[in-house]
Amino acid sequence: MGMTMSQKILASHAGLSQVTAGQLIEANLDMVLGNDVTAPIAIKEMEKMTINKVFDKDKIALVPDHFTPNKDIKSAENCLCMREFAMEQDITNYFEIGEMGIEHALLPEKGLVAAGDLIIGADSHTCTYGALGAFSTGVGSTDMAAGMATGKGWFKVPSAIKFVLSGKPDEWVSGKDVILHIIGMIGVDGALYKSMEFVGDGIKNLSMDDRFTIANMAIEAGAKNGIFPVDEKTLKYMDDHGANKYSIFVPDEDAEYDEVYEIDLSTIKSTVAFPHLPENARTIDNVGDIKIDQVVIGSCTNGRIEDLRAAAKVLAGRKVAKGMRLIVFPATQAIYLQAMEEGLLATFIKAGGVVSTPTCGPCLGGHMGILAAGERAVSTTNRNFVGRMGHVKSEVYLASPAVAAATAVTGKISGPKDLGL
Amino acid sequence: MKVYGKVHKYGDNVDTDVIIPARYLNTSDPKELAAKCMMDIDADFVSRVEPGDIIVANKNFGCGSSREHAPIAIKASGISCVIAETFARIFYRNAINIGLPIIECPDAVKNIEAGDEVVVDFDEGMIYNRTKGTKYRGQAFPEFMQGIIKTEGLINYINQRY
Ligand code: SF4
Repeated sequence: MGMTMSQKILASHAGLSQVTAGQLIEANLDMVLGNDVTAPIAIKEMEKMTINKVFDKDKIALVPDHFTPNKDIKSAENCLCMREFAMEQDITNYFEIGEMGIEHALLPEKGLVAAGDLIIGADSHTCTYGALGAFSTGVGSTDMAAGMATGKGWFKVPSAIKFVLSGKPDEWVSGKDVILHIIGMIGVDGALYKSMEFVGDGIKNLSMDDRFTIANMAIEAGAKNGIFPVDEKTLKYMDDHGANKYSIFVPDEDAEYDEVYEIDLSTIKSTVAFPHLPENARTIDNVGDIKIDQVVIGSCTNGRIEDLRAAAKVLAGRKVAKGMRLIVFPATQAIYLQAMEEGLLATFIKAGGVVSTPTCGPCLGGHMGILAAGERAVSTTNRNFVGRMGHVKSEVYLASPAVAAATAVTGKISGPKDLGL
Repeated sequence: MKVYGKVHKYGDNVDTDVIIPARYLNTSDPKELAAKCMMDIDADFVSRVEPGDIIVANKNFGCGSSREHAPIAIKASGISCVIAETFARIFYRNAINIGLPIIECPDAVKNIEAGDEVVVDFDEGMIYNRTKGTKYRGQAFPEFMQGIIKTEGLINYINQRY
């Protein structure tokens, strides 16, 4: 029987010629990731193990991004725990804040993940690297500990849903609108335990940054992973970022899929997910009149250079509405620097926004932009659960950088077209 | 293994942000986490919960982040088992890996109400609702996962093998 892209990657890492959905396998890992929230638990778990050395010091990435620069003493202690472990184990890919970024933007940028790799990360958005044609999935801290010690992980081979993309998206429509549209269609458990495999000639019209955004939010449909085929754009991206060891897997012609959806990208409109689930998607022409207090642009979903360019294009020569708080947080130091050199940061500041150091910050209600009761934010992040960005009575609306920027200008949910763009 | 307790019932898509809000993730101490467990969905949970109690929820329980703090908080609060129609996949793995018993059974979930007294027999894969006098067969774990649960978590399981 034919295999999907994801199944082929799993089979190759388990040393098997064939796997089928539902099968439990043990597979070799190419990268194990953790952050300042999840790694300290993994490190404590590893102390209970008889193995006390990591399996490969080059195949572990430790990124302090959630509560950094340290928000309080407890966060500082978590980072310290991770730093000491990294030093003691001589971990190659430990990133101190001057060289860091949000993990899921950082790993691809540093060339640490590539097509055909099998990656686990103690963070649910580890699925982001599927944009490169890798199998990557989020796990918990205990899995991370086991992975760091043994270089192996256990997996239940997933079945898959196929999304056949065609057409070209409209100028102001981005990967974020595509994935919010899809989650609106299939629901937050629409792909539970499954792979979301994207194919079709519409993919050539999606930039790598669009693909990262789409793969990033596969978990918001309950998926185990999201994955794209490798094309010229993928190869160029990996080449530019020094990821020179990769393998390309294509799905078998007779691979089986639980469902197949055909999506014409040219029909997708700017989309906003209403509180309190990413599946509450509405197109921009159906949002009504909703006043917004804060706009957040950034995160592992939409903090990449193209996202900042789109936001800056909308904000150039404009001002944020009176009483509006605009917070921009570039996803990595490299993106921050590039945005500075391109003049994007100046645009944000002149418009009346603030620019933060790379951090997860407000995305998870950690710090740097918490909401009070009754406040509403439009955010380019990936989750709008109850209390996600602050008080349980606050609200988060998920949108693209272009919509977020337009909203900052008008003070209510708006698209670039509302500004005559 | 058998557990017995009073039920706390929840709806669909109970996410990890309401099980343990991110603002408390600067610690991984089970006791501190337990003190905030379910806070954003059920503010009284912590004062009501008694050792052995059972959480019953509809579909996609534990969706959202990979934080192991969520099953840790539930386990440390005294909950002996979570029964749901379905679990989000990372929560499912994490629960097994840390040794929090969970079981999927849509029929039982439909029948059980808050406050019911329920027994779960994991060896048989059976769920008994003592209050209503009904019983259900849940989905048993595959052998591999039973191995992890028998050794009380993934770490011990690996220690035995290496
Ligand atoms: S930016 Fe948000 S979603 Fe991304 S890793 Fe950080 S907390 Fe998680």
